[in-house]
Amino acid sequence: MSAHGTTPYTQVFTGKRKNDLDAILLRYPNKQAALLPALWIVQEVHGWVSEEGMTEVAAALGLTAAYVKGVVTFYTMYHQHPVGKYFVQICTTSPCLCAGADKVTEAFLKHTGCNELGVTSPDGKYTVIEVECLGACGFATPVQINADTVENVTADKVQQILAGLK
Amino acid sequence: MGYPHKTHPRETAILSKHFGETEARTLDGWKKRGGYRALEQALAMTPAQIVDIVKASGLRGRGGAGFPTGMKWSFMKPGDGKPHYLCCNADESEPGTFKDREIMRWTPHALVEGCAIGAYAIGAETAYIYIRGEFTECIDWMEKAVAEAYAAGIIGNNAMGTGKRIDVHVHKGAGAYICGEETALMESLEGKRGNPRIKPPFPAVSGLFSQPTTINNVETLVAVPHILMNGPEWYKAMSLSSPKSTGSKLFSVCGNVSRPGNYEIVLGFPFKDFLYDLCGGPQPGRKFKAVIPGGASVPIQTMEEAEATMMDYEGFVAQGTMLGSGGVIIFDDQQNMPRMIARLARFFAHESCGQCTQCREGTAWTTKILERIVAGQGTFEDLDTLLELADNMTGKTICVLSDSCAAPVVSGLQKFRHEFEALITGKRSSMSTGAKLTAQSSQLSAAASTGLSV
Ligand SMILES: Cc1cc2nc3c(=O)[nH]c(=O)nc-3n(C[C@H](O)[C@H](O)[C@H](O)COP(=O)(O)O)c2cc1C
Ligand code: SF4
Ligand code: FES
Repeated sequence: MSAHGTTPYTQVFTGKRKNDLDAILLRYPNKQAALLPALWIVQEVHGWVSEEGMTEVAAALGLTAAYVKGVVTFYTMYHQHPVGKYFVQICTTSPCLCAGADKVTEAFLKHTGCNELGVTSPDGKYTVIEVECLGACGFATPVQINADTVENVTADKVQQILAGLK
Repeated sequence: MGYPHKTHPRETAILSKHFGETEARTLDGWKKRGGYRALEQALAMTPAQIVDIVKASGLRGRGGAGFPTGMKWSFMKPGDGKPHYLCCNADESEPGTFKDREIMRWTPHALVEGCAIGAYAIGAETAYIYIRGEFTECIDWMEKAVAEAYAAGIIGNNAMGTGKRIDVHVHKGAGAYICGEETALMESLEGKRGNPRIKPPFPAVSGLFSQPTTINNVETLVAVPHILMNGPEWYKAMSLSSPKSTGSKLFSVCGNVSRPGNYEIVLGFPFKDFLYDLCGGPQPGRKFKAVIPGGASVPIQTMEEAEATMMDYEGFVAQGTMLGSGGVIIFDDQQNMPRMIARLARFFAHESCGQCTQCREGTAWTTKILERIVAGQGTFEDLDTLLELADNMTGKTICVLSDSCAAPVVSGLQKFRHEFEALITGKRSSMSTGAKLTAQSSQLSAAASTGLSV
């Protein structure tokens, strides 16, 4: 993961990934519609979407970098800063709150060493945030760690979940 | 079925029949269960014939508004020389709702089939399934199913050897509740910010890429193959109440209840039996206090109202609320209603796209005032201000997110006013006030930095 300005930016859309993008473009009548998918690829490769990433996407799709930034900032799932190796999202919307999501959040903040929401732990391993409904309300409290959703999380299971992360 | 529980004997498992069966996720497993026979049958009919069957079935949209599906499809004019599009709304972000997730996770081919039939019926050669970005497992299963269907020639340039082109693509969202609103979803698919559009023009005239478009919820589309296979009369006969509410419907159940999960029942089912029998009633030693039956956007019911409700489109309205998306949120006697409502308001404030002043400012101020009340610093004037704000937020904006924020606040104040008053007068003692709701408030205060004093 390259922090902004410290390591040179590596191009995303070369070789196989360029072909992937070309295949995606075939699904839509114009290039702009491939914007969200292209940003997802950048985030997969770099872990976040940097200004350079936005510029590269803009060039690939014939858009301006400023336009791309305007779109990136609308959506909550594109990271505009590097995040911890494990990105932990806890749903705290009412259906999960009434089932104890606040206690789950406290436990994650404590056991990851993050202590504060949105702040990456000193060892760079974890970033914990609260999110709105994850669409898994019957499995309260759902916690999304990177791409995986862990269901039925309670405060007392948090240490074990963290220990199980590879 | 009540996944993760076994199917309750009083459920009618049609859409959810194969939840929990891993084999049903594959093309072979799906075909063994009768998959793609309805598509084959559909492709032998004219689009108009399919639309007529869906109309006759009485199927209504399962995404929230309950609009008759056949009528929606009939607004499209196949053969007008324009490209048509079908959008499948799999953004499922309404708090309390998690049924489309299970449909896609367990029966991805059912949705491919529903999309292919829907696309053909409205004269579209392309269908996009817009899935919320957090649903990574659903996205994986849907992408696998789409790839399998292409490889088998079920969809593509020559769908099932009929010479018809039907493309189905999965499109991954990126975190925004508002993209579930139909025109915001189209904007998002076009690579834009998800701002709802002013209507008219309606999508059937100018939708995705400015072309005639139909948008349907996941559950709506997966019901269609069953209607084609069994006939519209079969579907229509599935009703325990009004002929305006037909078929089976999945209800997601969450909150303070013994058996949370998805339950599929025939519309018109008694809500009391649903809550106490199917869902197992309250957790041991507790009592139910309130229900939000159709996802966070609909008015709250007292138990008295809930227990008198017939579970259909009219039945919920008759008891002061709406069927909505079928996301049943249950609160028990240990919950502090103002705290739960404040957290819902924060949800809407967070998700407002910010285009309309009433919504942007209204949701932020509503949240701020509610949180102040929950923290024990509210005044009686605040209660009036909340109602004034709600009035200003209802029926005045581009989309109904603003109205949705007002619904739980107004109904909460009507039905649980004593809890708000107890917080204001400091009389509440038995329940935790939960003064520190959750964080994230900095975003809200940025939006609410003008006007009213805090
Ligand atoms: C703020 C907002 C969010 C919505 N979210 C969803 C959603 O996540 N899924 C959905 O199917 N419909 C959602 N809807 C309803 C859609 O706008 C639309 O009515 C629905 O997808 C139509 O499909 P149907 O006729 O099959 O129900 C939402 C509406 C609003 C105003
Ligand atoms: S009502 Fe709210 S969410 Fe809807 S368009 Fe207006 S500001 Fe956006
Ligand atoms: S409210 Fe937490 S997942 Fe829906």
